[in-house]
Amino acid sequence: MKNISIKDKAEWAVEYALKSGASEATANVNEVKSLEIILVNDGIEKLQESNQKSLGIELYCNNRYSSHSTNDMREDSLKRFIEEAVKMTNYLAKDEARSLPEKKLYPDKDILNRNLELNDSSFSSLDFKSKLGLLQNVYDTIKGKSDKVINVTSYYSDSLAKGVLVHSKGFSGETESTGYSLYAIVSANDPNGGKPSSGEGCSVRHLKDMMNPSEIAKKALERTLGRIGQKKIESGVYKMLVENRSGWSPMGTLLRALGGRTLQQKNSYLEGMLGKNIASEKLTVTDNPFVKKGLGSRHFDSEGLAAQQREIITNGILNAYYINDYYGKKMSMTPFTGSSSNLIYKCGDRTIEELVKTIDKGILVTEFLGGNFNSTTGDFSNGIAGFYIENGEIKYPVNEMNISGNAKDLWAKLIEVGNDPYVYSSNQTPSFLFDKIDFSGI
Amino acid sequence: MKKSSIGLAGVLVLPSFLKIHSTNAYSTLNNMKSIKDYYDRFNVTEEMLSKVMSEALSKGGDYCDLFFQHKISNYVILEDNKVNRAYSNVDFGVGIRVLKGDQTGYSFAEEITLANMVEAAKTAANVANGGKIIVPVSITEKKIKNIYPIEMPWEKISITDKMPLMTEINEKIFSKDSRVIKVVISCSDDSNYILAVNSEGNAVCDFQPTGRITANCTAESGGKKETNYADIAGRKGFELFSRENIDFLSSEAVRKTMILFDAVKPEAGEMEVVLSAGDSGILLHEAVGHGMEADFNRKKESIYSDMINKPVAMDFVNIVDDALYPELQGSINVDDECNDAQKTYLVENGVLTGYMHDKISAKYYNLSPTGNGRRQSFRHIPIPRMRNTYMTNGPHKKDEIIQSVKHGIYCESFTNGQVNIGPGDFTFYVKNGYLIENGKLTKPIKDINIIGNGPQMLKDITMVADDFAMTRGGWTCGKGGQGVPVSMGLPTVKVSRLTVGGESK
Repeated sequence: MKNISIKDKAEWAVEYALKSGASEATANVNEVKSLEIILVNDGIEKLQESNQKSLGIELYCNNRYSSHSTNDMREDSLKRFIEEAVKMTNYLAKDEARSLPEKKLYPDKDILNRNLELNDSSFSSLDFKSKLGLLQNVYDTIKGKSDKVINVTSYYSDSLAKGVLVHSKGFSGETESTGYSLYAIVSANDPNGGKPSSGEGCSVRHLKDMMNPSEIAKKALERTLGRIGQKKIESGVYKMLVENRSGWSPMGTLLRALGGRTLQQKNSYLEGMLGKNIASEKLTVTDNPFVKKGLGSRHFDSEGLAAQQREIITNGILNAYYINDYYGKKMSMTPFTGSSSNLIYKCGDRTIEELVKTIDKGILVTEFLGGNFNSTTGDFSNGIAGFYIENGEIKYPVNEMNISGNAKDLWAKLIEVGNDPYVYSSNQTPSFLFDKIDFSGI
Repeated sequence: MKKSSIGLAGVLVLPSFLKIHSTNAYSTLNNMKSIKDYYDRFNVTEEMLSKVMSEALSKGGDYCDLFFQHKISNYVILEDNKVNRAYSNVDFGVGIRVLKGDQTGYSFAEEITLANMVEAAKTAANVANGGKIIVPVSITEKKIKNIYPIEMPWEKISITDKMPLMTEINEKIFSKDSRVIKVVISCSDDSNYILAVNSEGNAVCDFQPTGRITANCTAESGGKKETNYADIAGRKGFELFSRENIDFLSSEAVRKTMILFDAVKPEAGEMEVVLSAGDSGILLHEAVGHGMEADFNRKKESIYSDMINKPVAMDFVNIVDDALYPELQGSINVDDECNDAQKTYLVENGVLTGYMHDKISAKYYNLSPTGNGRRQSFRHIPIPRMRNTYMTNGPHKKDEIIQSVKHGIYCESFTNGQVNIGPGDFTFYVKNGYLIENGKLTKPIKDINIIGNGPQMLKDITMVADDFAMTRGGWTCGKGGQGVPVSMGLPTVKVSRLTVGGESK
């Protein structure tokens, strides 16, 4: 299917919804072509190739709302689907906040024309053999390096996604993006018991930005062998250094409390905190949807609202909630967007190695395992694994421990931020150093 | 199936948003009785299936299967006292898998035509690279017993049937306690039709319904706010909205929320942990279940991979994964690769007796499959997955267990858990519970994570009561990017030592 025809399909669906009785409607059509290869050691475990497509429609029937999706794109099926859905919507309760966004909130031409470089034009250039070669390279790099290794599992995937969003108010936007991932997981025998595993890898928009497979392999092996001999230590209050790739977990205690629905439903411990301190002055975060090749980059969000760059937190002070159009109307607040795009942090000057040197007694957390967070109260508790640090040196790996506390206290205790943003995620957290965190162990 | 909801092409059945009102609307049950009905639904014939399978095996594959799925899902929400949003999804397609040894080739088609299926079969066939060409065996229907008959299929239920009952739960919650400030009620249901056919000549069809009702409650007291929820789920139809369930959801949502205002954090560190009967089955799911899925063991990556036929727990510990427990979310009549569903013993009288297998791992171990080959959808390959995992009754009494604890915690409800298969570290998050001090339940506790090591935890189960119960809630298990519905259960159990998140003294 050509991109023009998915746009035609979306426009047709909106028109048909209006014809069937909806007062307003949106439609989005997406198609994704993807490939996934998994190797266990040097043998293929899984090879999956697919093309998928879907259509989503949102119906507004005089302030009554419903949303539907289907992967049956045949016109006759869609007609009946839309007709029945419109009839059903009319039975729902009226909700004054249900209407399409004001026209001025849609992206203008300047925004739509920005080249975010999300689409790698060389997508089809790499043949299957070369893709397999990347994975083979991962295995060859590790093979014979350690007798403790049980398996090397390597993953390659790529995708090409095209989409279009059409609103009956006149907005229409298209997206096209590529993605590549290459990861290696190594599992090993620990002579003391257990079979630790760890990994390394990357997710990128453009093939040429992919990490070198042998580099991935070396790091995956090093990370796994580093877990050998892990143990739990005494419960107590320690400094906590969170490695950049795991920063998503503590950040979740802020992000999950900033959403419009969470606020409106009185489920946010950050209600009423706009303009106030919610973290130490070390935390400055910008939501930037315009990062070139960014994994979270976009011209508009799922409601069609124009992308905006905004500093969410400045030196610990909260500047913005993630309010979408619907909850904005419900709370009489100006909408921004309902979901984060790329989160870019003001970084510090020191590397993670330098931060380790500043710690007398602490734990470097490299992995979070389970746990949860209560957005209403800010309470959190999570399992962790990482390394014990004493007098500025990493001593040994630790595991099977928990951290617990309240997000308000946690963020007040942020004492330093590393210079190492994690670029293989839309949430580009640097390393975070927190003071006095409750760890439970023995 | 009502005629009015059959698509023009005679293939696609749409979500039934509105009930055609008639006096016997519930009396006609789902009419998808025979495999012929399923062939019609997916617009295929035996001849087409044979053709596609021959193509799939044309490059030397050992085995292939086709998995047809048609799933209609609805999700309705009450928020701020109104049922003011509804969502639906239709998923339709066929997944084609080719095995060559332990290697899998996979593709799928969303529009089911012979041409599309042949194309997908060619792609999946690529995993094989030569070898003897196997000819698919002619297809015979495999008859299965239905362990989840339903009274009122969701497809015969209109939004207007759900709305008053959701409103009733909302009103009940507000009327129970003046501290309630917000309530959200949601109802989700799936009507899932599957047809699996393989090159060994098996064909099997199944209708797998699920329903789940969730009541979320937020309350304010003395300037503090708390939120919690209660839910109920199973392979049920609209009868899930029974009087008893409506009362249970409204009472539980309020009780579990209000108790949080008095809750404290326990002291951080290792202590005795008592798990209440029912929801605490999450302990088994994380600490034991995942590590006993045979794919991890076949690859020697699980902490349990050297433990088969070895004692792993005291002799009163018995753990099973049971597909045939009626009407639970994890119950299945047949697995997603045509294997018979069964009750599988994992630990019998304290000895680890078996793993949970799919076709690939069963072949590796030279055993019969255990019916654990499950998948999220036709877009995914089947892998060993749990169904309903539980521990059977033991010799102790609940009171005796609590009285035996000097300093510990009693865990009652949970939100989520996770496991790291290799080292065996598992966690689960306790939403509600109590401190145990000198043999008595004292202050309530909330929001703490518990972490332990699977095999160590099994050794540390020192008491098992005789009050076995299954969870009533809906659980989705995630593995390898695939979510499947599961259930779990436990009698009251004491673990002599687990690490509890909390405050350091």
